[in-house]
Amino acid sequence: MAVTTEEVIFGDSVITTKLDSAIAWARESSMWPYIFGTACCAIEFMSVASSKFDISRFGAEVVRFSPRQADLLIIAGTVSYKQAPILKRIYEQMTEPKWVMSAGACACSGGFYDNYTTLQGIDEIIPVDVYIAGCPPRPEAFLEGLMQIQKLQAKPTKYLKKRSKQEFKGKLDA
Amino acid sequence: MLSECDKKIEFSKTENNRYIVKLKDMKNAIKFLKREKNYNFFVDIAAIDYLDFKEHKEKRFAIIYLLKDDKFDNLIILKAYLDEDEIIDSISDIYKGANWCEREVWDQYGLKFKDHPNLKRILNHKEFIGHPLRKDYPITKGQLCTKTDDLMDEMTPRLKAKGYENHDDLMFLNLGPAHPASHGTIRTFVALDGENIQSAVSEIGYLHRGFEKSCENHTYNQIIPYTDRLNYCSAILNNIAFAHTVEGMLGVELPQRGQFIRVIIGELSRIIDHLVCLAANLVDMGALTNYWYLYNPRETAYHLLSKLTGARLTNSYMRIGGMTHDLYDGFEDDLKECIKDVQKGMDDSLSLIEHNRIFQDRAQNIGIITAEDAINRGWSGPNLRACGVNYDVRVNHPYYFYDTFDFDVALGSTGDVYDRMMVRFEEIRQSIKIIHQAMKVLPKGKYNIDDHSIIFPAKKNVYSNIEGLMNQFKLVTEGVKVPSGEYYSSIEAANGELGFYIASDGSGTPYRVKVRPPCFYAMAALPDMIEGEMIADAVLDLGSLNIIAGELDR
Repeated sequence: MAVTTEEVIFGDSVITTKLDSAIAWARESSMWPYIFGTACCAIEFMSVASSKFDISRFGAEVVRFSPRQADLLIIAGTVSYKQAPILKRIYEQMTEPKWVMSAGACACSGGFYDNYTTLQGIDEIIPVDVYIAGCPPRPEAFLEGLMQIQKLQAKPTKYLKKRSKQEFKGKLDA
Repeated sequence: MLSECDKKIEFSKTENNRYIVKLKDMKNAIKFLKREKNYNFFVDIAAIDYLDFKEHKEKRFAIIYLLKDDKFDNLIILKAYLDEDEIIDSISDIYKGANWCEREVWDQYGLKFKDHPNLKRILNHKEFIGHPLRKDYPITKGQLCTKTDDLMDEMTPRLKAKGYENHDDLMFLNLGPAHPASHGTIRTFVALDGENIQSAVSEIGYLHRGFEKSCENHTYNQIIPYTDRLNYCSAILNNIAFAHTVEGMLGVELPQRGQFIRVIIGELSRIIDHLVCLAANLVDMGALTNYWYLYNPRETAYHLLSKLTGARLTNSYMRIGGMTHDLYDGFEDDLKECIKDVQKGMDDSLSLIEHNRIFQDRAQNIGIITAEDAINRGWSGPNLRACGVNYDVRVNHPYYFYDTFDFDVALGSTGDVYDRMMVRFEEIRQSIKIIHQAMKVLPKGKYNIDDHSIIFPAKKNVYSNIEGLMNQFKLVTEGVKVPSGEYYSSIEAANGELGFYIASDGSGTPYRVKVRPPCFYAMAALPDMIEGEMIADAVLDLGSLNIIAGELDR
């Protein structure tokens, strides 16, 4: 086995890797979520953030209230037609790379509010990366969703390339 | 009673407290009731579209006013029929609480009001065409909204009234609808001079989910999950309020065990609701430690509820005529454990704030509202009691043996943020007291009423014999048949008087359901409360009113 000069000098204390992977690894373990909490699901998110379920175990406890500082948008709750332009604007204000998690039946599909006022799923307005089922989802489901995003985040290049190729056109994009 | 009025009022009496009044005389009748008979408490305004009603009514629409007297003992219901082109006299100059209600009637039904200060849409967005609660509006016809309202049409007159001709030296700021302190989706648009709020306008409807229209398209039992999501912090209390109203229409009463279970689980829900409100309110104040102290016992309570009902938050535990199942073995021990946790959390939190100068300076004399004003606006629950008004539906109109329990009604004195918070702390203590008493006397036996036209048959009958199967099938497809008529009933929910006005045409689906959401009336007062205050106080005001968007916007 060939021994390189660096290994002789530094031993185990140095890992060589690609810059992209190093950044992705750092991002994966410190996602900054923005909570677009509108309804019941937001109350369950409060549980996710509190002691028992403790989202900080996954490095995502720095909840930002400015989309400009966040890289993960969690939509927790029903989004009505009246709310839709606001959601779209918040999504646009986030900087790349950004991730969207749609939590709960209402955000995913309108849930059982199939009526004149409720948007039938936020993916009519903005692209979504991970959907979480439940009405509302249990805190464990929120954490599962977060872990899925982290998995995508760990090797983002391929996924993001694919995502940027499919041009998203929502109902509010003129 | 109306015959005593000095002005001539055309009316007919239908039942004890119900009158049908000619539309042109309605305002005079209400003025008379308020002036001479002390009907000071504004309950609600509901409208009904009789287009598809099986009996022919003289005119297409009806508008219904609900008022209570100053002792809160007597409810009076006034109803007037009208056609689309008739104009209603606004009563927003008599009751401030009527302002938003009338806007809602205009928004949902397209009925116009004369002399209303600001008749515009409230729940639906600005670009919406049509009036969704009319029977000829299809339920699934959604309409896209592309822009948010800038609200300057409301702001400019308010500023003008304060003497601002131009706005150059003011800064305009949106608090919400996506704001950490907006508790969901409430928007308050403020005009700032430095950090002082000169003028404010609130916009709601961002969580309007069409509850009332959905009710008209589902059977009574199917509506229960929708009621969960009104005030989602205390779902079971909403279940109880709805089931209680429909049971009243059916003229049935639960067996004692069922009633006591409702009391126990209902009070537990009230505790959870108050804990969330207080925890969030203290976070708004910057007291984060309290959040952990108050929030963790809630996890114990949720664990208990998910063991009992299968869901943490949206329990759907009640049914018309009872509940899905009995308490489980070992419930009492779990409940004791849960209450112990709540008590500890509350004591820990109070030890941090009770004698804390910072807390007191932050909360006392902020967001004051007088008792008279609060009644006029239709406030109820802890918010009204914080103003020193002794009104609690559990005491004034006892249901489920509440008159047999020994508990105190917590009252405030000044009606500020501090009082509202402390009333909630005390109510948690009283709820615990009620739970202890109810557990002690909880009788054994049946918990559901014994009537197969109302309550679902036991599963083993459904799977093993044809009668049970047919029974289940009929109840699921057709729903519980409720006698035709109109009925209002309310209970004391966590936020105050939660009432349902239900119109039935005798089928298994309600013809019309109007909710009286307690925080709708509290929210309407917010702009007036925060004007002249600092922006940091406005955040506390909103939190202390415990506005829950699901209930507010429905």
